[in-house]
Amino acid sequence: MPMYSLILRSASHFLLPLLLLFSIFLLLRGHNEPGGGFIGGLVASAAIALYLFSMDVKAARQVLHIDPRELLGWGLTLAVLSGVPAVFWHQPFFTAQWLTLELPALGEVKLSTVLLFDIGVYMVVIGSVLTVLLALADADDARH
Amino acid sequence: MEFLVASTVGLLTAAGVYLLLRARTFPVVLGLALLTYAVNVFLFAMGRLAINMPPVITATSPGYSDPLPQALVLTAIVISFGMTALLVVLALRAYLESDSDHVDIATDGDLKGGPH
Amino acid sequence: MRPEVALPILIPLLAGALSLAFWRSRAMQRGIGVVGTGVMMLSAWVLLYTTWQEGYLVMHMGNWPAPFGIVLVADLLSAIMVVLAGITGFATAIYSLATLGKRHEHFGYYPLMHLLLAGVNGAFLTGDIFNLYVWFEVMLVASFALLILGGERAQMEGAIKYVTLNLVSSALFLSAIGLLYGLIGTLNMADLADKIAQLEDPGMVKVVAMLFLVAFGIKAAAFPFFFWLPASYHTPQVAVSALFAGLLTKVGVYALFRVFTLIFSLEDPFTQNVLLWMAGLTMLTGVLGAAAQYEFRRILSFHIISQIGYMILGLALFTPLALIGGVFYIMHHIIVKANLFFISGLIYRLKGSYELRELGGVYRSHPWLALLFLIPALSLAGLPPLSGFFAKFILIRAGIEAQAWWLVGVALLVGLLTLYSMVKIWSEVFWKAAPPSAGKTPEPRTRNDALLYLSIGGLALLTVLIGLGAQPVFVLAEQAAAQLLDPRGYIEAVLGGEA
Repeated sequence: MPMYSLILRSASHFLLPLLLLFSIFLLLRGHNEPGGGFIGGLVASAAIALYLFSMDVKAARQVLHIDPRELLGWGLTLAVLSGVPAVFWHQPFFTAQWLTLELPALGEVKLSTVLLFDIGVYMVVIGSVLTVLLALADADDARH
Repeated sequence: MEFLVASTVGLLTAAGVYLLLRARTFPVVLGLALLTYAVNVFLFAMGRLAINMPPVITATSPGYSDPLPQALVLTAIVISFGMTALLVVLALRAYLESDSDHVDIATDGDLKGGPH
Repeated sequence: MRPEVALPILIPLLAGALSLAFWRSRAMQRGIGVVGTGVMMLSAWVLLYTTWQEGYLVMHMGNWPAPFGIVLVADLLSAIMVVLAGITGFATAIYSLATLGKRHEHFGYYPLMHLLLAGVNGAFLTGDIFNLYVWFEVMLVASFALLILGGERAQMEGAIKYVTLNLVSSALFLSAIGLLYGLIGTLNMADLADKIAQLEDPGMVKVVAMLFLVAFGIKAAAFPFFFWLPASYHTPQVAVSALFAGLLTKVGVYALFRVFTLIFSLEDPFTQNVLLWMAGLTMLTGVLGAAAQYEFRRILSFHIISQIGYMILGLALFTPLALIGGVFYIMHHIIVKANLFFISGLIYRLKGSYELRELGGVYRSHPWLALLFLIPALSLAGLPPLSGFFAKFILIRAGIEAQAWWLVGVALLVGLLTLYSMVKIWSEVFWKAAPPSAGKTPEPRTRNDALLYLSIGGLALLTVLIGLGAQPVFVLAEQAAAQLLDPRGYIEAVLGGEA
């Protein structure tokens, strides 16, 4: 099913890293501003989908390095586990825990279980969207 | 405004139900999508329609727009997105398998049951 | 802080996530399958014990206070349902070790099974009506994918009907939630129950109640919304069929029990009459449908429907005894029905067919299996001293006390017809001589058969135990029904106490 469009193909080489960077930006700014794991994950999967359309299924799988289903699994594991630490402080599951660090170059950095949860969601979204998308692309390839 | 939203919901529902009753897989998928849109818009409207209002109540604001239905709708959209994706994969597989997009594919399977 | 409430959801979620993460290792997935469901079952027993000792358990997720955040609530009914889900899940995990081929396991059977269990437990434990919708959808996604596992033609067809009707039901459910929120402005079930009494517009409340009734009626496969069930339940792998038969429709029944005892009152004669008619007709149509079938799993599927009728009857009569009967019936039914599907799978393995006409002679070749079949089959039909007898006895007694004569008549008749169906299976599959043109050649006997007998025997033992030890089970159901009849306790536990 690859579309042999030279423009799309060369553009996607540049767009892929840019979009992935943008998705991480969205993921991290989600704390106080619009963004977050879900939307970041969607942007990242759109980036890989674009790559899939301009190249082929094999190339898209190579970009991902890991089977999307495994990514989905690890993401879900991370998201579920991020709710557990609260129990050690005798709070209900998924109560947010915060850790504020003073780093020399960056100033004050806040780390939290919420961020871990968001990263988990990010992975789950990429994993699930690409699982479906690659399955559809494979079915399409099998027809031809 | 209320009239516009209400008639949109009605129209979407009518179109969705009509497509569902076509009993062909692709129209059924579209029909379900329209039906969920209708429900989502309805859910959104249940927080009351308010324009240019802040989502939090402050001392100075003349009113507020309820943020909760928006969160509910977002959740519902995500879920229906996933469902539709799965349904499309299934419809495509069923179509490739049987070369027919009718919902009642099997004739012999009905009597004999079981795929085996 | 009660972590017990969340564990039956978190454990299968984590197990599912891990088995996805170890996608390539089949041994790992199988191991996580058994260990995960086993630990989940243990956590469910702990939950039941704690609920029995201490009453309602509430957890405010993320430490958000009650009407604003999502709460998990366990009362006795929820805890009982979670235990049943644990038992069914664990038995299914063991059963699937031996029956599923590499191909099905490779398509993600184990992650989906865990996800299904997480969805089922979430639906049982949540105290928030929108969250209930979310868990329903989690369950639906997982069940949908499980249904098409293997990808055969009949499965596709069944799955499309299944998913279409269930999505329509979700749409109705969601609109009902929307209306309720528009009316009352809260989604917490305890808060809803607290505030719905102050509404001035009883007509609107009735509309919302009917929307919920239809939405959950579709999920529970009650008359006249049951068509998706016989179209799909006989198509997937047997382990999947058994899991569905045991749990999925019962989530709909549970939701009916929860919503119509907590939020909407059945003292309104209109709602009660609708539910009573629904119960009677569900019983009748299910059993009549079964009488016409000659395929093992189709017969069983139709019997699920008729049994759902009994459970709804328990709710609809709405007397203390009837609710006890309803809860008792759910306990009995889940175990028996899953077991019957397991047996159908074992017979398919031995004889290579589900068609009654092509089967025969199993009593001669496997007398112990025949005995194992008789226990759940006769229990389903309601013969003493098995679990089904007490379940039916309580319900019919409640019907007589409420003077609902025609429903008592229907319940007795349906019991008789159930016996007819079971005897039909017995005589066709076990008693008559094997027909000369016996289907395909049976699959070779493997050592894994022991695993099948283990799960079948375990569930049969439970059936006998519920029958012989009916008194403690009755007391448990009595307590659960008492909690259902007095929603004040639920409301105070959620809104009053601090986590």
